[in-house]
Amino acid sequence: MNNSSLLKIIISLAVLTLCNYAYAAGDAPVPPKKEWSFNGMFGTFERDKLQRGFKVYQEVCASCHSLKYINFRNLTEIGFTPEEAKFIASQAIVPGGIDDDGEPFERPGRLSDPLPRPFPNDNAARAANGGALPPDLSLITKNRNYGPNYLFALLTGYVDPPSGFELSPGMSYNKWFAGHQIAMSAPLSEDIVEYPDGTKASIDQMAEDITHFLHWAANPELEERHSLGFQVLIFLVLLTILFWFVKRAVWRKIDH
Amino acid sequence: MSSTADKEQDKEASRRDFLFITAGAASLVGAGMAVWPFINSMNPAKDTLALATTEVDLSPIEEGQRITVMWRKKPVFIDHRTKDQIEKARNVSLSELKDPQSDNDRVQRPEWLVLVGICTHLGCIPKGQRTGDQLGEYKGWFCPCHGSHYDTSGRIRKGPAPTNLPVPPYKFTNETTIQIG
Amino acid sequence: MAGGPRRQYNNPIIRWIEYRLPIVSTMEATLGRDMPTPRNLNYWWSMGMILTVALAIQILTGIFLAMHYVPTAEGAFDSVERIMRDVNNGWMIRYMHANGASLFFAAVYIHIMRGLYYGSYKAPRELLWILGVLLLFIMMATAFIGYVLPWGQMSFWGATVITNLFSAIPLIGETLTTWIWGGFAVDNPTLNRFFSLHYLLPFVIAGITVLHIWALHVHGPSNPIGISPKGKHDTLPYHPYYTTKYLTVFGITLIIFAFFVFYEPLYLNHPDSFKPADPLSTPSHIVPEWYFLPFYAILRAIPDKLGGVVMFIASVAILFLVPFLDTSKVRSSRFRPIYKQFYWIFIADVILLGWCGSQPAGGIALLLARIGTVYYFAHFLLVMPLVGWFEKPRPIPDGISKPVIPKERGDIPTRSSPEAAE
Repeated sequence: MNNSSLLKIIISLAVLTLCNYAYAAGDAPVPPKKEWSFNGMFGTFERDKLQRGFKVYQEVCASCHSLKYINFRNLTEIGFTPEEAKFIASQAIVPGGIDDDGEPFERPGRLSDPLPRPFPNDNAARAANGGALPPDLSLITKNRNYGPNYLFALLTGYVDPPSGFELSPGMSYNKWFAGHQIAMSAPLSEDIVEYPDGTKASIDQMAEDITHFLHWAANPELEERHSLGFQVLIFLVLLTILFWFVKRAVWRKIDH
Repeated sequence: MSSTADKEQDKEASRRDFLFITAGAASLVGAGMAVWPFINSMNPAKDTLALATTEVDLSPIEEGQRITVMWRKKPVFIDHRTKDQIEKARNVSLSELKDPQSDNDRVQRPEWLVLVGICTHLGCIPKGQRTGDQLGEYKGWFCPCHGSHYDTSGRIRKGPAPTNLPVPPYKFTNETTIQIG
Repeated sequence: MAGGPRRQYNNPIIRWIEYRLPIVSTMEATLGRDMPTPRNLNYWWSMGMILTVALAIQILTGIFLAMHYVPTAEGAFDSVERIMRDVNNGWMIRYMHANGASLFFAAVYIHIMRGLYYGSYKAPRELLWILGVLLLFIMMATAFIGYVLPWGQMSFWGATVITNLFSAIPLIGETLTTWIWGGFAVDNPTLNRFFSLHYLLPFVIAGITVLHIWALHVHGPSNPIGISPKGKHDTLPYHPYYTTKYLTVFGITLIIFAFFVFYEPLYLNHPDSFKPADPLSTPSHIVPEWYFLPFYAILRAIPDKLGGVVMFIASVAILFLVPFLDTSKVRSSRFRPIYKQFYWIFIADVILLGWCGSQPAGGIALLLARIGTVYYFAHFLLVMPLVGWFEKPRPIPDGISKPVIPKERGDIPTRSSPEAAE
C-alpha cells in the first residue's frame, strides 16, 4: 500500500500542476519573469513605488482608463496621510447626485468617492478611442495571464514591427500582446511624469511603478493576507503536531 | 513489581490527560480565533464607514425653519431657532428635566440646534419638522408613536422616552456649513 | 440499532428528553460513536471526516458571503469586489469559499478512489455507495451554479455552455433551456434562480449525508483487507481511536487549505473570471474548474451533440452501477493482483482525460480524449465484470486480527457497550 499511497500523492500533485499549466497556456507569448517585492510568502508592497505608480496612473492612464474599485480613501493604504488623500480628492470634480431642483450637479471629491471615471459610459469610451474600449484597471493584474509580469512586459514592449508585418491603421505593434496589434499607442515616454522624490522617470521605472500600483489596486488585501496567513500556518502546524502526539498516546497499546 | 507497573500507568495516564487537555484547549482557541472574522464581517464595511460624514449648507435655512438631512442613514434635524425658542429653552430649571442638560451644552451656536431625529423611546421619528406638524406641549417635537414630548432644545419633557434627543458630533467648517460626523 | 434496547443516560435532562423523544439515542445509533469500527482502518478512511469539515466550511463561509452578495446581473460582480475590498475579512471568507470547493472535490475524489480500490461498494454497502454517488451529483450541480454567481466571464460562459447541453434533448430541448434560463439567454433571472438553488442544495447535501452516514453505521465501514470484523477483538470504538487518528489528517488538510487561501488563492483560478460578464464576447479558451475536466473531456470527445451530453452524464452515472458490475467476491484490491493493475490504469486514464479536458479543442488532445473515453467506460462495463470472473485472488487472511497477534489480550479495548461503561 505504501507504493500506491505515494503514487496517489504524486498523481494528485500532477493533476494540480497539469491543470494550472493548462489554464495559463494561451496564444499570447509568455512574458519574462520579473522580481516583485510582493511575491512570496512575506511579500509586501513598496510604498514609494505605489505612490509613484499612482502618479503615473493619474497623469498618464487616467485619461482613458477608469479604476472604479479604488476610492480616494484607499489612498491612505498606500502611504498618503489622510490630509494628503483629502487634498487629492478635493482636486477632483465628481458627480454630486441630484440637487434640490432636480438637476445633476458636480462637486469636489471627498474621501468616500471613487476615483472619477474618464468616460460616463462604455459607449462614450469606445467612441473616443476609435472603437476600442480601454479596460478598467482595478483588476488588470488579476484578469490577465501572467498578471504583473505581463503588464510590465506590455508597457515596455512597444517596438517597431518586424519587416513585412501588416499593421492596421491606428494600431501599434507590441511584442507581448496577443496578435501583436494593440489599440493603445505607447503610453509611456521618458520623463512623461515628474516624480516628486527625484527618481528618474525612465520607461522601465514608470512601468514598474504603475504595475506595482495596479497590483495593489487588484489585491489591496495582499499584505494582510500574507502576514495573517503566516500566523495561521504556524498555529496550524503546532496544532497538528499536538494532534499527532494525542493520536500516538491513544494508540500506544493497540497493535495496528 | 505491580506497584512500579501502576506508577508507569499513572504516569502515562497523566501524560495522556495533559495531551488531551492541551489539544482540546488549542482547538478551542483556534476555533475561537476562526469565528471572529465571520462575526466581524457583519460589522459595517469600510465603504459604509467612509460615508459616515455629511456636510450641510446652512445658508438657505431661514430663522424659524427646520430641515431634515440624512447622516448615517438616520434623519438629523437642523433647527434655525428663533430668539423666542432659544429663550424658552434657556429658561428651564434643570430640576424640571427628566434628563437634565442645559441648552448651552446642547448647541455650539444658540441659533442652530442639531439633533438626531429618532425618538429615544423605540426609534420612531418625532413630528415637528413640517409646518402644521404637532409640536407637542413644549413646542419642540412630538413623537406620535407613544406620546413623547420634546422641548425647543430637543429635551424630553413628558412621555415614555428616557433621554433627550441626542446631539450628533458636528463642527462648523465655515460660517454657514456644518459637517456632521 | 433503533429498535434495540435504549441506552441509559445519567444526565437527567437527556433522560427527560429521551423518554419523550428518543433523539439522542437515535443520533448516537445512526451518526454517533456506537459503530463497530474495524481496528485496521488506514488513513484513506479519513476522507469522510474531511468531507464533513469541507461541507461545514462551505456552508459557513457561504452564509456569510450571502449576507453581502447581490444576486443581480448588474450588482453581482461589484458586490463580490466589495466583499473582497470593503467587507471586514471578506477577502478571507471568499477565498475560503472558492478554494473550499476544490478541497471538497479533492477529498471526494480520494474518497471515491478509496472506495473503488478497497471494494467498499460491495454487499452489504451498495446503498451506502449509491447515496454517495447521489451526493457527488448534487455536489457537482452546486459547484457549477456557485461558479456562475460572481458573474465574471467564466461564470457567464460556463453557464451558457452547460445550460445549452439541455438543448440537445430531442423535442423538449429548446423549451427546457428557455425554462432553465427564465429568458432567451443566460441573464438576470438565471442568476437569481441559481443563487436560490446554490443556497438550497448544500442543505440537501447535508440531509443525504445523514443518510449516507446512517447507512455506514448499519454495517460499519469496510476495511483495507475487506474482511468483516468477526467480533469485538477486531474492532475499536470510533472515539477516541479514530477521532484522534484522523485529527492529524484534519490538521494537515487545514495546513494545505490555509496555504492556498493565504498564499495561492488564485492558483486554480482562471484570469477571465475577474472580467465582468460580457454577453458579446466569449473568452478564447473556456475551461471548467479542474474537478470537471475529465468529464468535460468526455463531453467533447463525442462528435455528436446529444451523444456528448448522454456520455457526459453517463460518465458519472455509471458509478451508480459499480456495485452490480463488479463480480468479484473479494472486496479489497490487495488480494486481487489483476484488478489492482487495472485500477491504476483506470486512475491514469482519468488523469489523461483531465489533461485532455484542459487543452484547447482539437488536435492530439481530442484523439487521446476519445481513446480515454472508450477506456473509461470499458473499465466499468468490461474490466469490472470480466476480471471478477477470471481472476484468481491471492490467499485471504482469516480475520482482521489474525495477521498481528496482540501482545496482551487485556489491553484490547472492546467496543463500549452500556454494561461495559458502567
